[in-house]
Amino acid sequence: MAVEAMAPAKPAVRYRDEFAWWDRIKKPLFYGVLIGWSIIAVTPFFLTVVFSLKPLTHLYEPPFLLPIPFTLENYLKVVTEFRHLFPRWMLNSAFVAGLLAVVRTLFCAMGGYAFARLRFPGRDLLFWAMLVTMMIPGQVTLIPNFLIIRQMKLLDSLMALIVPGIAGAFGVFMMTQFYKNLPRELEEAAMIDGAGWFTIFFRIVLPISRPALLTLALFTFQGEWNAFMWPLIVLNSPEKFTLPLGLSWFKGEYYTVYSVVLAGSMFNSVPILLLFFLFQGYFTRGIALTGLREG
Amino acid sequence: MPRIRRRQLGEWIAAYVLLSPYLFVFLVFNVFAIAYALYLSFTYFDLFSPPRWIGLGNYLYLLRDNLFLQKAVPNTLKYVAVVVPVQTVISLLLAFALDQEIKFRRFFRTLFYVPSVTSSVVISLIFLWLFKKTGVINQILGLSIDWLTSPTFALPTIMIVNIWATTGTMMVIFLAGLQDIPVTYYEAAMIDGANRWQMLRHITIPLLRPVIFFVVTMGVIGCFQVFDQIYVMTAGGPLDSTTTIAYLIYKWAFQSTTPFMGRASAVAFVLAGMILIVTVIQRRLIERPAEV
Repeated sequence: MAVEAMAPAKPAVRYRDEFAWWDRIKKPLFYGVLIGWSIIAVTPFFLTVVFSLKPLTHLYEPPFLLPIPFTLENYLKVVTEFRHLFPRWMLNSAFVAGLLAVVRTLFCAMGGYAFARLRFPGRDLLFWAMLVTMMIPGQVTLIPNFLIIRQMKLLDSLMALIVPGIAGAFGVFMMTQFYKNLPRELEEAAMIDGAGWFTIFFRIVLPISRPALLTLALFTFQGEWNAFMWPLIVLNSPEKFTLPLGLSWFKGEYYTVYSVVLAGSMFNSVPILLLFFLFQGYFTRGIALTGLREG
Repeated sequence: MPRIRRRQLGEWIAAYVLLSPYLFVFLVFNVFAIAYALYLSFTYFDLFSPPRWIGLGNYLYLLRDNLFLQKAVPNTLKYVAVVVPVQTVISLLLAFALDQEIKFRRFFRTLFYVPSVTSSVVISLIFLWLFKKTGVINQILGLSIDWLTSPTFALPTIMIVNIWATTGTMMVIFLAGLQDIPVTYYEAAMIDGANRWQMLRHITIPLLRPVIFFVVTMGVIGCFQVFDQIYVMTAGGPLDSTTTIAYLIYKWAFQSTTPFMGRASAVAFVLAGMILIVTVIQRRLIERPAEV
């Protein structure tokens, strides 16, 4: 009987018989679900683009789904009327996100390597404590961190965003997992040649960690580029704002001429979308790997 | 042997040097901060004069504060109770659909993930506009509801926005989980004569259980902390109908004329406790062995 059941065709036939109705409807059903959600996911962006390219006076005139008549006046308004602030916000965001993407990735890789490969007193306790801090909601540390930054006299400066962000439990954890799964051969060979830990890490390990480093750097950039709550709390003067903070302030100024706000918001979403399309694999692999995202 | 000991000492030093940047952040902004927050939660602190110890005063205050008890807690629980199941079910369904032999899989996955890379502020600004009284949503539905200024509709609107925004991320996690299930399991089940429904119940769901637990946990943690959308779209209003616990912390600590740093810290610990309790409960529920 077992031999009989092993024949590949038979179970396939039996299984099709029982659920024939399912086989008939499943393809159309799944395509329907996928296309339906695609429309839901993309329409808000599509409408944003369309309306940001329409003149204010023709905003609610047909055709609704096409930018006709076409104009760039909303974008021009953003960069001319706010010429002292808007470029500044973009620069602030790009600076903080870019710097932290590099710095935090490096520091997290260093920490992750130490946890994964080196033996030192307190390692397991530290690792465990790191996991615990990952479970504690950010609201708990929000107030004390504000007070610490205030004590450090860093309020209302970009350093308030940078100093607490140079390393993080998420990144160290991710890099630890990565290094635990990395084969040791190269390092062992270098060790036999008498190389020290720092030589091994910076010369051998770091160059071959590129995929993981890039993934973490992208997550960090995305998180910092989009970050809102912490900048909201530590930054006060408009010229120090990051772009998301500026946009939410901008909303108050331009609530009645919303297509200007929509145009402004494109300056935030287009760069990160471009980055995502270019490095898609790293984003999705990173999500699947860790299931987390920064920020 | 001294040589070995020196080598070991070198390893210790190297480890702590490599870890030092993280240790700085960990000790200052995590360990010290948590201890400091705990201390503050037992004090009255308004930034102008030093913290004054009031014992359990803040926690007792919360037990009779209407904004906290009647608004923030129920709003947060409602929000979690609706958003977490809905986003889990939709993302699981989308992941199942994408796990089939379907054309344009990569294309669909890309589209679904787009909301996940967009900033919460931009998402809020877009939906603030879509949900206006004269906005696109009302025009499509033929209604004229003022979604975000109505105490009835404001919280559900924010729920919809967040479901829309986070489903893509969860779908990617589920999809990875589904693809991790070895094909041989299904083949073996097929040989034993299992039908599709039995495979789903006895292979897919049990093997996906840890992933479901993970996604639900992330969802719970994220939903309990929802802030950005509320700040941008409603600022906790109208009539506090969208004031959640996380928003209340911000409001008491950073928006009131007298900052209530101690009281807000106490709320933060209550929030952490609630997240912990809900996580433990859902772990019990999800990890319950499947009935055979």
